[in-house]
Amino acid sequence: MSHVKSLRCRGCGSDYPVEPLNVCEFCFGPLEVSYDYDSIARSVTRESIEKGPATMWRYDDFLPVDRKDAVDMGTGFTPLVRAKNLGRMLGLDRLYIKNDAVNPTYSFKDRPVSVTTTKALEFEFEVLACVSTGNLMGSVAAHGARAGMKTIVFFPASLEKGKIVGAAVYGPTLVALEGTYDDANRFCSELADNNRWAFVNINMRPYYAEGSKTLGYEVVEQLGWKAPDHCVVPAASGELHTKIWKGIQEMTDVGLIDRANTKMHLAQPEGSSPIVEAFRMGSKQVRPVKPDTIAKSLAIGNPAAGPFALETLAATGGTAVAALEEEIEEGIRLLAETEGIFTETAGGVVISGLRRLVNEGKIGRDEVTVAYVTGNGFKTIEVVEGNVRPVHSAPNLDSFEAAMEAHGA
Amino acid sequence: MSVTVRIPTPIRRVTNGEDRVAVDAETLQGVIQAMEDQYPGVKARLCDDQGEIRNFVNIYINGEDVRFLEGLGSSTKSGDEISIVPAVAGG
Repeated sequence: MSHVKSLRCRGCGSDYPVEPLNVCEFCFGPLEVSYDYDSIARSVTRESIEKGPATMWRYDDFLPVDRKDAVDMGTGFTPLVRAKNLGRMLGLDRLYIKNDAVNPTYSFKDRPVSVTTTKALEFEFEVLACVSTGNLMGSVAAHGARAGMKTIVFFPASLEKGKIVGAAVYGPTLVALEGTYDDANRFCSELADNNRWAFVNINMRPYYAEGSKTLGYEVVEQLGWKAPDHCVVPAASGELHTKIWKGIQEMTDVGLIDRANTKMHLAQPEGSSPIVEAFRMGSKQVRPVKPDTIAKSLAIGNPAAGPFALETLAATGGTAVAALEEEIEEGIRLLAETEGIFTETAGGVVISGLRRLVNEGKIGRDEVTVAYVTGNGFKTIEVVEGNVRPVHSAPNLDSFEAAMEAHGA
Repeated sequence: MSVTVRIPTPIRRVTNGEDRVAVDAETLQGVIQAMEDQYPGVKARLCDDQGEIRNFVNIYINGEDVRFLEGLGSSTKSGDEISIVPAVAGG
C-alpha cells in the first residue's frame, strides 16, 4: 500500500494535495512527495523486501504508487558489479559499479518513468510527454507505448542519433527543438501550462523524482544491507544525486540499516559544470552556464536541483568534480577495457571523476565505493567510433597473416 | 505597445486567472513593481525578503535567462516578452 501523506514544498514546507502539481504557489519551490515513515517502518522488513520481485518495485512501500498497478517492464535491481580490475588500476580495493545501463531502455530513466507512467494512468492522463537530453525520451516513449498512451517528446535537435532513433522506434511524436536543452526546458514549461498532458519532468516531477531513490535502496541491499562509504553520481539537474541520498537516508529512517555515513560525490563534464563551479566557490546558489560538452545527457546549464545537490554535498562531506572533455572518452574506454561494461558519455564522466577523486585523496583504498553508470554506450557510439580500426583481410590464411603483420597486431 | 509578461499557472490565482499581463517599464525591476501595483502579491512570490529573485524562479526576456543579462536591472523595452518559469527536473 502507498504511505503518501501529501506533496510538500521543498522551499517553504507548504502542503499540497496529491495531484499533478510541481510548483509551490507561494515561493515557487519544487514539490516533493511526503510519506508517513512510521507507517512504512511498520510494514517493511528486510525479509519482506527480499521476497519482492527482482525489480525496483520490491521497494514500492517507498514509492507513491503500488506495484500491483505498476507500468513495469522489469526495471531495476540491476547488477552491482565488483570492479576488481578497475579498482586495481585506481588503487581501490572495494570498488563497485552500479550498472544501470541494462534497464529496459538502457538507462536509469526507466526508474522515474515507470513510477510516473503509473501515476499518470491513475490521474487519467491520455498523453505522456517529456523534455529530454536523450535518455528520458526513450523511456517515456517505451512506457507510453506499454501503457497505451499517446506520447510526445521534445528534445534539442543536436542530440545523438542513437537516442533519437532509440525513442522513435516506440512511435512517439518527436519534436526536435532548436537551441539547448535549457531553451527546450523553458519552452516546455510554458507548454505544460496549456495542455492536459502528463509532462513527466514538469507537472509530474514530484512523482518522477521518487523513482530515482531506488538506486539508493538497491545498492544498500546489494551490499548486504550496508550503506557504502562513497557514491559517485553523474549530475545534470542534480536531482539523481539528491534522490540517491534520500533513498539511503530513508533506509536508516525506517530502521532497515543502522547508519549511513556515505559521502555523496558528483561528477559533471567540464563543459557543463555549474554545480561543480558553485561547489568550488562555496556558493549555495548555482549560476547557470551555456553548456558545451560531448556528454549531452548531462548538458543542463541551469540545473533545477542544483541547490539541493549542494546541500547534499555539504551534508555528507561529498565533493563535486569536473571531468575534462578529453577525459570522457578515456573514462568510457577504461571501464569497457577493465570491466566489460560499455557506458555512454555520462558514465565516462563518472569514471574520470572517480579517478580524480582518488588522485585528490578523497577516497581511501579500503573504503566501499560505488560508481553509478546510468546509461548505455550504444546510445553515444559517435564518441568512441574513432577508435575502430579493424584488420582487413580476405578470408584466407595468407591474406590474414599479411594483414595482421601490417596492422602490428 | 508595452512589455508582455507570460504568467505561469502557480501565480495565475494572483493575476485573476490572466495568463498574460501587459506593463510599461524600462527594467525587469520596474516590470515586477508594475505587476505588483496591478496585482498585489505577485512580487512576494517572485522575490525573496531581500528583494532578490527567488532561487527557484527563472525569468527570461525574449528567451534569454536574465542571469545572463543584468538580473533585476536588465533593461526592457516595448515589444519584449517576459517569461516566468519554475525550475524543472532533468532529462
